[in-house]
Amino acid sequence: MNHIDLNSVWFVLVGVLFTGYAILDGFDLGIGALHLFTSKDEERRVILNAIGPVWDGNEVWLVTGGGALFAAFPEVYATVFSGFYLAFVLLLCALIFRGVAIEFRSKQPMRWWRQMWDISFAVGSILSSLLIGVAIGNMALGIPLDAHGEFAGTFLGLLTPYPLLIGVTTVALFMMHGAIYGVMKTEGELHDKLRGWALNAIIFFVICAAITTMVTLLYVPRMAEALKEHPWLFSIALLNMLSIANIPREFHRGNDWLAFVSSCATMATLMALFGINQYPNLVFSSPNPENSLNIINAASSQKTLGIMLIIACIGVPVVLTYTACIYWIFRGKVKMTRSSY
Amino acid sequence: MDVLTLSRIQFGLTIGFHYIYPPLSIGIGVMLVIMEAAWLKTGKDIYHQMAKFWTGVFALTFALGVATGIVMEFEFGTNWAAYSRFVGDIFGSALAAEGIFAFFLESGFLAVLLFGWDKVSRKVHFFATCMVCLGAHFSAVWIIVANSFMQTPRGYHIVDSGMRSRAEVTDFWAMVGAPWVSATIRNPSTIDRLFHTVCGAWCTGAFLVVSVSAYYLLKKKHEDFARRSLQIGLIVALIATVLQAITGDSSARGVAKNQPAKLAAFEGLYNTMSNAPLVLVGYVDNSNPLQPHAVGIEVPGLLSFMTYHDFHATVTGLEAFPPQDRPPVAPCFLFFHGMVGIGFTLLAVAVLGVFYGWRKKLSQTRWLLWILVFSVLGPEIANQLGWFAAEVGRQPWIVYGLLRTPEGLSKVVEANTVLTSLILFTFIYFLLFAVFIYVLNHKIQHGPNPDDLVPHGKLALPDTIIPKK
Repeated sequence: MNHIDLNSVWFVLVGVLFTGYAILDGFDLGIGALHLFTSKDEERRVILNAIGPVWDGNEVWLVTGGGALFAAFPEVYATVFSGFYLAFVLLLCALIFRGVAIEFRSKQPMRWWRQMWDISFAVGSILSSLLIGVAIGNMALGIPLDAHGEFAGTFLGLLTPYPLLIGVTTVALFMMHGAIYGVMKTEGELHDKLRGWALNAIIFFVICAAITTMVTLLYVPRMAEALKEHPWLFSIALLNMLSIANIPREFHRGNDWLAFVSSCATMATLMALFGINQYPNLVFSSPNPENSLNIINAASSQKTLGIMLIIACIGVPVVLTYTACIYWIFRGKVKMTRSSY
Repeated sequence: MDVLTLSRIQFGLTIGFHYIYPPLSIGIGVMLVIMEAAWLKTGKDIYHQMAKFWTGVFALTFALGVATGIVMEFEFGTNWAAYSRFVGDIFGSALAAEGIFAFFLESGFLAVLLFGWDKVSRKVHFFATCMVCLGAHFSAVWIIVANSFMQTPRGYHIVDSGMRSRAEVTDFWAMVGAPWVSATIRNPSTIDRLFHTVCGAWCTGAFLVVSVSAYYLLKKKHEDFARRSLQIGLIVALIATVLQAITGDSSARGVAKNQPAKLAAFEGLYNTMSNAPLVLVGYVDNSNPLQPHAVGIEVPGLLSFMTYHDFHATVTGLEAFPPQDRPPVAPCFLFFHGMVGIGFTLLAVAVLGVFYGWRKKLSQTRWLLWILVFSVLGPEIANQLGWFAAEVGRQPWIVYGLLRTPEGLSKVVEANTVLTSLILFTFIYFLLFAVFIYVLNHKIQHGPNPDDLVPHGKLALPDTIIPKK
């Protein structure tokens, strides 16, 4: 495998794993963010069961993405995780509460019990989305690294306006994504309610996306440099805009499934734009760009990258196949049964 | 306290709490496969009821395992960044393989196991249950592979030097410790440790089933359900405890060969000697901190015999290692002996249970039923002690012989930050544990659902039963 640029392949693969996570757990987190919008217990249960069978598997994309990052680019894994210590601890707590709330919520009938886990579920979901966005925002902006590639900033230094804007945009994106998924999985009165929420979420996201685009072009010019150098890459930006525009179009026509696909395409193209402008850096160092971690200086050995590629080539198609089968088994509207949450 | 102490406490707390759950998932997974197989084979709906009840318990342990497990994967990076840089080439690939081969399989098919009862046929459901169980076992494989590299590293070389030195893989399968690789180059401890860990997990699942069933028999509730569950549970428990003794013996002999300082600490042996005694029950005399040794009831020559199958063999003592290379002896001795003691007690309990069950006297033997009710604590405590022994015995190294624990720390993280996260995790984990026990107790008190004696949906179709020959 000497003639394959393994470092670039793994840059793409890690990106694919995190994109998979965003698309799949994105609707789980979005559903979580919308959870408290209804106060009826029965409706909350139906919404929860829309993601019930699949959220666990969706979270695995994050775990595997983290593992792949560790294996392929250990320097990045070590720098980012130790540098963003408190942010990641908060993210972990949020994900813990999100996960156990789903399992515990409907196990007891008491009002206080359900209220407690409902709030954990919603707050955990919103906080996770926000923190993921803040992390991406900081990556786009660049973080201070020293000559050893160690993080040289502080926790509060991560909470600047631009990353927070990306955080809010991520919450909006996941809410829209989750609401459209919810529309697909429900019927009757709740379905109509979700349509209303989805419409508002689409508007919320489009506004955020417009602001983010403007702010990025004005203040984070490096996020457009690759496009400047290779104008054909504008096709991806164009695809992204068309995807966003297509969401309300299909949704208005009642093609919920196509609206959902457009929402997935929006996420994929956003991640692609982020990746293209980041490449070949994984962690851009600002103010000292020479300390950046890139696909060469942060990577594992060629041998490990090669072995991992074989593992991925065996594993990923199998995973995709049975994941598709499982989604097929649970297709259609949510039906409450005795084994539901 | 300094960053090192706080980070070690935090890692110990988070991994210890996490490790309450995976053995339960692996063990209950095996029990579910057996129960569903019995249902497929016999068509008796009581096995359907049984599988459904234990699926509920499985879901609970699985959810907590996932929630606390994700912390572990992030924590290498947050608290042990220097370690992550050093071993990333090797350790990272094991974790990634675990994600691809184990976690996806487990959590994907979990959907069918939990929510597919009336959506798929019996055979498809059984297949899903097998896949979940298999995924849980794969997870054990890869995590043991990763941990075994920290214990007895093989198949690597060190590149660069000083701050940037790191271990890189030279022979993947030797690093993994795969059985088909020549014994001279492969990781010598992976296979022993894997079997020992997995048997421990089977014990945990089996004794949980035994414990709950014995409780129902004592309370004279769900008796038919309880008798059959108890039967399955006790047989698995007996097999698992016997295997546990065998794999434990083999594992300990491996430790003697590959990590002699660790074995010396386990047994509190200070002087290198032939005809070395085994201290059965005792404590570590630390009056001279440079010469810690165990005192208590000892059997001469037994340690030599157990490690080398020869009463006159020489066993290396702690004196062969400079004090800075020795693990802390007192805790190692305590953890190891506690684990072994519990293991043999469980073996005895399983033998008694099977014997009384075979004589059809178990339901009337209340004292034994009470012992069985509390037996579930045995494997859980032994699992914890075993891992404490394995990891504390590895000290002062984070990667045995290559990198010392303090050298693995994150350089940019301060003590106050770790203290904050430690307090946060402690609070959350105590809360989660209380809720777990509360919900588990509720499930057990509620018992199996009588409606589950009648399968619904596609499962009700009789054509999926294997026809009798």
